[in-house]
Amino acid sequence: MSANELRDPLKAARGLGSAQSGVGHWWSQRITAAALVLLGIWFVILVLGLLHADYATAHYTLGRPWNAVLLIAFAITAFWHAALGLQVVIEDYVHTRWREISLLVLVKFLAVLGALVSVLAVLRIALGV
Amino acid sequence: MAEFSLPKNSKVQQGKHYPASGAKKPRTFRIYRWSPDDEKNPRIDTYEVDLAACGPMVLDALLKIKNEIDPTLSLRRSCREGICGSCAMNIDGTNTLACTCAIDDCGSGDVKIYPLPHMPVVKDLVPDLTHFYAQFASIKPWLRTQSPAPARERLQSVEERRKLDGLYECILCACCTTSCPSYWWNGDKYLGPAILLQAYRWIVDSRDEDTGTRLDDLEDPFKLYRCHTIMNCTRTCPKGLNPAKAIAEIKKLMLERRGA
Repeated sequence: MSANELRDPLKAARGLGSAQSGVGHWWSQRITAAALVLLGIWFVILVLGLLHADYATAHYTLGRPWNAVLLIAFAITAFWHAALGLQVVIEDYVHTRWREISLLVLVKFLAVLGALVSVLAVLRIALGV
Repeated sequence: MAEFSLPKNSKVQQGKHYPASGAKKPRTFRIYRWSPDDEKNPRIDTYEVDLAACGPMVLDALLKIKNEIDPTLSLRRSCREGICGSCAMNIDGTNTLACTCAIDDCGSGDVKIYPLPHMPVVKDLVPDLTHFYAQFASIKPWLRTQSPAPARERLQSVEERRKLDGLYECILCACCTTSCPSYWWNGDKYLGPAILLQAYRWIVDSRDEDTGTRLDDLEDPFKLYRCHTIMNCTRTCPKGLNPAKAIAEIKKLMLERRGA
């Protein structure tokens, strides 16, 4: 007789109880998605405008205050949204505990790193350092 | 990882063939068979049924097979009119009730019948729903009040009662829950569409006074938020209900009480 057969099935169904969180993650995912729709359209228009531009023009355009601010917003939102989405995918499909935890932490590290790198790149262009 | 291929002892094999000799209107049924009593793999048995001497529903054909062709076939059935939920199974690729599914409405080829997907199988078309029922019990599906018991029953206005329409009709057949990929991968923790619809049924009940606790119990990345609005639940519900909408309403209430 396995240990599970000694327990009422309700024990397994109740599990560790409610984590008392989840709505924040869910809402953040939707807010960042909505922001990315707007920022994404803006970003595509910006890139299309730079298609045949030379380096100096591109550099100047990206460094203009509003463009720089929106680029930073785009980068942070994109990495934030990607981290939230990948977290869900990993939780859905990766069921080996150590692998799941490692991947979840790795995704967070890479997202923060990617966002920081992007922000620094834009700032260097915008501030000319 | 989620497993996408079956283990060796679960690979489904070709089974026996029961031809119908001299049938006026033959129709072929291909049915999943597995027994815990032998060491054999699951198999698909092929039964030819004479529809000229059979009722119109898939359940009629199954009972004709059990009564006249192969008494070893196991299935659950009771009311034969879509109210008990016993005969839920996967027919022609869709989870539904065998008793309300007309044979003529199945696709033109053979009628393929499997047990509800991704549940442990007890035998043939009988799934083990123990965990599903335990999950139902875990939401405490009864009227919970804080106020002292009134001298008479707790009343509802017509409008308040109307909010239960589309929810109270759920018969817990598990068609929706077992059609949900999220439930397939995380059914141990995710409550699934049927149980969440039932939870919402008590959350919107005007007489229930434990709404906050009910929401507290659901606010969990796995219990509730494994729903990714895939909508298989709504598409498959044999009672025409909309569990996906009920889940969306719960998510809206979660947001409403904390603010955007």
